[in-house]
Order: sequence, then C-alpha cells, then structure tokens
Amino acid sequence: MLSIFLFILSGIAVGYLSRNRTHLKHVGSAINIIIIFLLFFLGVAVGANKQIIESFATIGLDAFAIAITTTLGSVLCAWFVYNRFFKNDKDRS
Amino acid sequence: MKQSIIYLAVFVFGILLAIPGLIPNYFIENDISKWILYLLLFFVGIQIGANKNILNVAKSMGFKIMLVPLATTIGTFAGAIAISFFLKERSLTDCLSVGAGFAYYSLSSILITEYRGAELGTIALLANIIREFFVLLLAPWLVRYFGNLAPICAGGATTMDTTLPIISKYSGSDFVIVALFHGIIIDFSVPIWLSFFLSL
Repeated sequence: MLSIFLFILSGIAVGYLSRNRTHLKHVGSAINIIIIFLLFFLGVAVGANKQIIESFATIGLDAFAIAITTTLGSVLCAWFVYNRFFKNDKDRS
Repeated sequence: MKQSIIYLAVFVFGILLAIPGLIPNYFIENDISKWILYLLLFFVGIQIGANKNILNVAKSMGFKIMLVPLATTIGTFAGAIAISFFLKERSLTDCLSVGAGFAYYSLSSILITEYRGAELGTIALLANIIREFFVLLLAPWLVRYFGNLAPICAGGATTMDTTLPIISKYSGSDFVIVALFHGIIIDFSVPIWLSFFLSL
C-alpha cells in the first residue's frame, strides 16, 4: 500500500518541479491510454472469472445500491452546507 | 459522457473476449498490470503537482469552500456505512472503498481490483459510473430540491472535468470555481482514502 503513496508523491514532486513545461499537456492523454488499457484487462479478468459472470446481476444491484446511498448522503450534506453557509450570501449581495 | 462510454465499451469488450476463452492465460495472471498501475499513479501525481489553480481558487473563496469537499466526503461515507448493513456479502471496508471512488471510477476500480479482486473492482467501476450518470441526468432536479451545491457534492471527483459543464449550467457560473476546487480536492483524496480503506 505504501507503494501507492510513493508513486503518487514522486509524481507530485515531478509535476510541481516541471509545472511550467508545455509537454505536461501529454500527461492527460497518457493517463487516458493507460486507463483504457487497464479497464480492458479488468474486463478480461471479469470475463475469465466464471463466478463473477454468474453473479453479475447481484454485482450490478450492489453497485446500484452503493451508488444511490453514497450520492444521497452527499446530496443531503450539500443541502445542509448550502442552507447554513451559502444561501444567505446571495441575499446579502 | 463520451469518455465514460468509451471506458465502459472497452471494459465490456474485454469481458466478451474473455468469456469464450479468446485471451491466453498469460494475459490474465501476471504482474504487468500492477506496474502499469504504478505508472498511472505517477502520472496522476504529475497532474496534481502541476496544477497551478488550486491555491488561487482557495484564496478567493475563503474557508467556506473547504466545507464543500468535506460535505461530500462525510455524506458519501455515511451512505457507504448505511448500505453495508444491507449488503450481506460486502464488508464495511468493501463499501467504504467503493464509495471512496467518488465517481472517479477508472482509478478506483483499478486500485480495488489490484487489492481486493476483480469482483469488487467491477462493483466499484459500475457504482462510480452510475454516480456520474446520476449527476449528468439529475442535475436540474438536484439543484431545485437540494440547492446549488447538490450536484457538486454528488459529482465527487468529476466536478473538475466531466460534470463541470452541467454544474455550470444548472448551479450557475458562480459555482464553477467551487466545483473546480471541490473536484481537485476530492480527486486528490481518492487514492489516499483508497489506500487507507484497502489496508484495513
């Protein structure tokens, strides 16, 4: 798990030091290509795993349930913060 | 929207090729993907390090802007904890890890796959894509009933890119800066939260 941090932190250091270079634009497309590659292999791992394929309906339902509750939780907190800290601003200005 | 469809299509293509066994075993069990994942994390770090906007944006809004990513994080984890009581096959840390994707489905699904296996990785991919689609589809409704911050907190890490146009449209351009700041902070927090939850 430490390796996750090490790779991100060294990336941040390199990014910060070279923040005025123009070739940084290519980093976004490199990330995109790597993600496409890795998602393809995630698909391959899923397709090769009979257990996952057979329980795909359950997996989809679980995903949907987690998506709903996490989104709803965020929306309710957003509602609170908006009413408590942001709404009155508008009236004043 | 277009990018999420490409990602999903590539994922489905991988599944369809592997089901009839068209992919040799060598490609399924190896360490290459781990090193490519590290390369990805390195590049993600470069993007964070090279971002010049974040401090300026934070200064222009004052402390209040910090409350928005805080609300997103607390709300998401509360939702993940709540649902973990109902999903018998998923542990608390499973649900928290999936939630900690904050709609950043590519990075979260890949990291979770590496440490918890392809099944939870797939759940993370689907759950976080669904979360992004919720915002893209429901933004006007969220703003009407829950205020201008609702689509921002719902959008998680995507509010600095894919959901930004829709937030600008329905929450108003005043909230673009909030959305950008929020997206950058949440984006940055995804690998941190994930490495924490996945190590529990």
